[in-house]
Amino acid sequence: MAGAPPTSFRGVPVAGVHAGRRERAWVRFLLVAFTLGFLGVFLILPLVLVFSQAFESGVLAYWTAVSDPETLHAIRLTLLAAGLSVAFNTVFGVSAAWALTKFDFPGKQILNTLIDLPLTVSPVISGLIFVLVFGLQGWFGAWLQAHNVQILFAWPGIVLATAFVTFPFVARELVPLMNELGRDEEEAAMVLGASGWQTFWKVTLPNVRWGLAYGVILCNARAMGEFGAVSVVSGHIRGQTNTLPLHVEILYDEYQSSAAFAAASLLTLLALVTLVLKHWSHLKQSRLLAEASRSLELE
Amino acid sequence: MSIEVRNLTKTYGSFKAVDRVSFKVETGELLALLGPSGSGKSTLLRMVAGLETPDSGEVLLTGQESTTLSARQRNVGFVFQHYALFKHMNVRENVAFGLKVRKVPQAEAEARTEELLGLVQMAGYGGRYPSQLSGGQRQRVAVARALAPRPRVLLLDEPFGALDAKVKSELRDWIRRLHEEAHITTVFVTHDQEEAMEVAKKIIILDKGRVEQEGDPRAVFDRPATQFVADFVGETNSIEAIAEEDGLAVWGPLRFSIGTVAKGRRVRIYFRPHDVYVTSKKESLQVPATITGEFFKGAFTELDLDLGGGRRVYAHLPRGLSEASGFAPGAAVYAGITGFHVFQLD
Repeated sequence: MAGAPPTSFRGVPVAGVHAGRRERAWVRFLLVAFTLGFLGVFLILPLVLVFSQAFESGVLAYWTAVSDPETLHAIRLTLLAAGLSVAFNTVFGVSAAWALTKFDFPGKQILNTLIDLPLTVSPVISGLIFVLVFGLQGWFGAWLQAHNVQILFAWPGIVLATAFVTFPFVARELVPLMNELGRDEEEAAMVLGASGWQTFWKVTLPNVRWGLAYGVILCNARAMGEFGAVSVVSGHIRGQTNTLPLHVEILYDEYQSSAAFAAASLLTLLALVTLVLKHWSHLKQSRLLAEASRSLELE
Repeated sequence: MSIEVRNLTKTYGSFKAVDRVSFKVETGELLALLGPSGSGKSTLLRMVAGLETPDSGEVLLTGQESTTLSARQRNVGFVFQHYALFKHMNVRENVAFGLKVRKVPQAEAEARTEELLGLVQMAGYGGRYPSQLSGGQRQRVAVARALAPRPRVLLLDEPFGALDAKVKSELRDWIRRLHEEAHITTVFVTHDQEEAMEVAKKIIILDKGRVEQEGDPRAVFDRPATQFVADFVGETNSIEAIAEEDGLAVWGPLRFSIGTVAKGRRVRIYFRPHDVYVTSKKESLQVPATITGEFFKGAFTELDLDLGGGRRVYAHLPRGLSEASGFAPGAAVYAGITGFHVFQLD
């Protein structure tokens, strides 16, 4: 008997309900076709093109382009900039989220709003800010030159610009999550005798670990792909201050299209890996949250 | 292991959550802080634990000034309404947490954890995660976790608030027995008067951040010190009357002897429904009444009575008595008041 629908469910009324609830077949077909077509033209096709262009002149040419010293240097610089910005922004993001969710202090709203600034300002302007601050005509320019410190047109400038552009990602991911989790467990840990440091490592961090991973992945993806801000501060010196996105542009401008696409394919590959990791960590955190809310329901 | 609170005050903006509260809990006592929501009882408990900082006043633990100590230095056990178990740790790790962060040697910590799990009847559940436990089991784990580091006092914030009625009453019994065995000074916060009366030996009733009354359950019920307590604790009829003569208030046919209250003063008189004595034949000091409603309440019956002129009171009487007497809506009966409390209004 189990699973067999009661007979009263069969008949005209049910069919009527179904017909009323669902869209007509051709409407459904059109919507799906439009969505898939749009995705195909604007997402899948470019993705395929990047790789087909990259391998246009054969695997050997691809390998030559990728293992070119200038490309390798661009990869190294990109990894350095991304690595340092992610490290800095993880520390900053966690402290900002902690401060915003666990304490009440004057200026909290302002800080909360300011964190989003890099997302709302055009990257080119973010780059220009650093030129204004560290350039020869800028505030610290003369002092820096006198002390022989090179920030603009060198890797420190690139790291700074990248870090600035990517700093909201970790904090933005953690703030709502930590708000939802509340302060109860931290308070429990404190009453049980844990120090602030112990509370953070043993209670807070394990609870937000997947959300943190999600933020770090997004931050990293943006850091590696950043073009505008970095372009302004880098000076485009080949083999010295070119990151991978800048390198792609230069190659393309010089009509070395398969070399450009080869370098671009590396960034694309990174995007795909990011997408998978992002999805996975998001899934993990939503499971944790679902479990938490399920335990609340059980009460 | 006593707790003393002196003139504790806490304000949030212009809202006085706790207003000059003082009380003392002796070693081994079990005290309930009872009050409606917003009465400041949780804030008070959190200040004792060091989770909130008072604006002024003092907290003394074991006679020592502790107001400036942080929560981790106070060595108190705290049980949260929503348990606040560590989701990513299993039951054993939860209970051992307070021992671990205090650097208790491994072997000792393990032995203590098992001992506590036994005490809260969760011995076989060490490997489970909080999400795999029922509400009652979680609350028992939370109590075990709070007790593991041998705290000086145990504080419980609405510990049974989120549980269903059956589990709630089991846990009440259990916590009372636990207190008898462990004999740890315990304070718990509740908005449920039955819970407070059933579990605690002493009750402090709070309203709007102030102490309204302090005493054992019987005293609070039988001799309410303020109008708030008379209204809040137990069910009651409440009427307003004017003293027609010195020491005599009249409300419809009812006449109340009100001690020394002078003529012309307004008074509020409270009498519990079980202090309304209803019979079918007139006895001394009774007045005629008409039954306007009869309600089944399980062990007792509730009668709505009209004393004439729209003056309504309600009475509780044993169900058997009510049925045997044939009390039903429309019946003419006689009613008297066997006990009441008077508060002068002006």
